[in-house]
Amino acid sequence: MLQVVCIKQVPDTETRVKVAGDGRTLDPTGVTWVMNPFDEFAVEGALQVKEKAGAGEVVVISLGGAGVQTTLRNSLAMGADRAIHLKNDTAAPDSLAVAKALAAAIRELNPQLVWLGKSASDDDAAQVGPMLSELLGLPCVTVAASFALEGTVAKVEREIEGGREQIEVPLPAVITCDKGLNQPRYPSLKGIMAAKKKTIEERAIDLGAAHVELVALELPPARAAGRIVGEGAAAVPELVRALREDAKVI
Amino acid sequence: MARATRTDFYDFDSLLTEEEIAIRDAVGDWVDERFLPLVEKAYDDAYFPTEVIPELAEMGLFGATLPEKYGCAGVGPVAYGLTMQELERGDSGLRSFASVQGALCMYPIFEYGSEEQRTKWLPRMAKGEVIGCFGLTEPDFGSDPGGMITRAKKVDGGYVLNGAKMWITNGTVADLAIVWAKLFDEAKGRESIAGFLVEKGTKGYSAPEQKRKHSLRASVTSELVLQDVFVPEGNRLPEGNGLKAPLGCLTQARFGIAFGVVGAAMACFESSVAYSKNRVMFGKPIGGFQLVQAELAKMHTEIIKAQLLALQCGRMKERGVCKPEHVSMAKRNNCEIALEIARRARDIHGANGITSEYPIMRHMNNLESVKTYEGTHNIHTLVLGENITGIAAYRG
Ligand SMILES: Cc1cc2nc3c(=O)[nH]c(=O)nc-3n(C[C@H](O)[C@H](O)[C@H](O)COP(=O)(O)OP(=O)(O)OC[C@H]3O[C@@H](n4cnc5c(N)ncnc54)[C@H](O)[C@@H]3O)c2cc1C
Repeated sequence: MLQVVCIKQVPDTETRVKVAGDGRTLDPTGVTWVMNPFDEFAVEGALQVKEKAGAGEVVVISLGGAGVQTTLRNSLAMGADRAIHLKNDTAAPDSLAVAKALAAAIRELNPQLVWLGKSASDDDAAQVGPMLSELLGLPCVTVAASFALEGTVAKVEREIEGGREQIEVPLPAVITCDKGLNQPRYPSLKGIMAAKKKTIEERAIDLGAAHVELVALELPPARAAGRIVGEGAAAVPELVRALREDAKVI
Repeated sequence: MARATRTDFYDFDSLLTEEEIAIRDAVGDWVDERFLPLVEKAYDDAYFPTEVIPELAEMGLFGATLPEKYGCAGVGPVAYGLTMQELERGDSGLRSFASVQGALCMYPIFEYGSEEQRTKWLPRMAKGEVIGCFGLTEPDFGSDPGGMITRAKKVDGGYVLNGAKMWITNGTVADLAIVWAKLFDEAKGRESIAGFLVEKGTKGYSAPEQKRKHSLRASVTSELVLQDVFVPEGNRLPEGNGLKAPLGCLTQARFGIAFGVVGAAMACFESSVAYSKNRVMFGKPIGGFQLVQAELAKMHTEIIKAQLLALQCGRMKERGVCKPEHVSMAKRNNCEIALEIARRARDIHGANGITSEYPIMRHMNNLESVKTYEGTHNIHTLVLGENITGIAAYRG
């Protein structure tokens, strides 16, 4: 059984991002690039399915500039079998353009499962998974919190307000992963050495015209320094007053 | 995954392969995310957090340099050294655990053992299913192990061991002890050191834990007591003869320490930088005072030098030209600077430096052991002195 995992490379959440001179993209200097954290659950999910079946192939796909190969290599080190790099340098391409490019590459692979993170930690748009499933004509379960495969049916649970939703979906299907779906493995030393020999197939692609335009990117306003109103019980009336009258939060 | 700030001032990473960097960062992430949350409690309560053993094994951190056919990762010495650095950035006890399992137990089985012993033990040790310990030091013989009292006597079908070992890392938790003892060598007509595999549960063998340590508290240290312990012929290391055998293992482990302690120093340095930028005294961050900057500059410089020394030692190992005295220089220097950096870091952290809120005092106390074990600082000085002058200065 062939499975595909779509991976996005994003700035490490600990990176202090700056907006570039054009006012629309991130300044890449000093940014550490990592796999989108939700995509780690996707890779782990696919690897677990493959390991349980004792056979199959996991293909990872990423769209982006030359740098994404580090992240692809990292997923190969975790255990994926091969990678496809859809090469395109567009900074922050729109979700539909990405979904179309992924769909074109994935269609010919004819996978039983397509895995993605529920969203990417940089733009948080959460659109590519559902759009991709639509383009592929496959059912999609978003924000999966648990996953089990029984024959050709996937049993997926989703966290909803006050409970859990249980869904059954026949394969082939698209799954987007929530945090906690599994415990993503660390690449092992052997895996890292083996990844060296696995192939990353490069394909230059054209994204076509953008469907939406990102007009401006702004950092949130810097937070003002805190104020200590006093200590112990005596400070409570002033604290309540400040919260009510100055901050207007209570 | 979160990436800790690495000390890459001299473009150190440009001297590493992509795989070496990937290995270092994977182990570093694991230490940050899985080990650091456990270590303070383990240190306070003085135990090794055994729950990490399967995870260490899964990543391939036991006997990482040994061949894949024994279930090991088969990586080069630099990649191995970098794993030691990251583990010791966590805690010297964690690095000790991996050093002992790999360099001091799996390595001698690989190097001095029979093929049968290798296939029997190495794959299970790589998986962390069998934990090993290395018994050389005795209560009365530390720096001079050649004087050891533990004896092996040839009997029908095997040997009988008598004696005692002390300061043995992992002793109490070990399933397999590599015990070095003197045995009468028929060929040489005199006694010579031989290595034996003593299995847990063997009659007459016990390994009580040595408690109340102020250093390496997140690591188990034990005595090994051997009273008429029968060891079958098949459990003697056939090629492990003479003092050079255990010393060969120590050279492996010391190389790991030369890298490892750089990790502990990095942890102390990084904490010091953060602290000195945040701690305000006399109206400005203490990092703004020249005296504190002088300390930071010195710490930083020593870390960069130590990194390069360890790396070159590894590159020479790859080419098979690294001699024990090269390893002595790196072990001696790097332990000394790491301990010195930990002490300076303790000072920069003021009173906070003595608490478990910060990793400083833990590393500092640990490094006291690391400076002593695997050849004390003095002994490595004498190794270098002998190498320079050609005159051994160990004894009168
Ligand atoms: C936490 C811990 C874990 C350990 N784990 C292990 C283990 O797993 N396996 C194992 O076999 N051992 C282990 N050891 C033992 C360690 O290797 C010894 O402690 C070390 O070799 C020093 O021996 P000693 O403590 O007897 O000190 P000594 O040899 O008594 O030395 C005391 C002091 O005298 C100095 N000295 C000795 N001879 C000379 C000389 N000729 N010239 C100048 N100075 C000299 C030393 O440098 C030192 O400063 C461990 C030790 C510790 C603390």
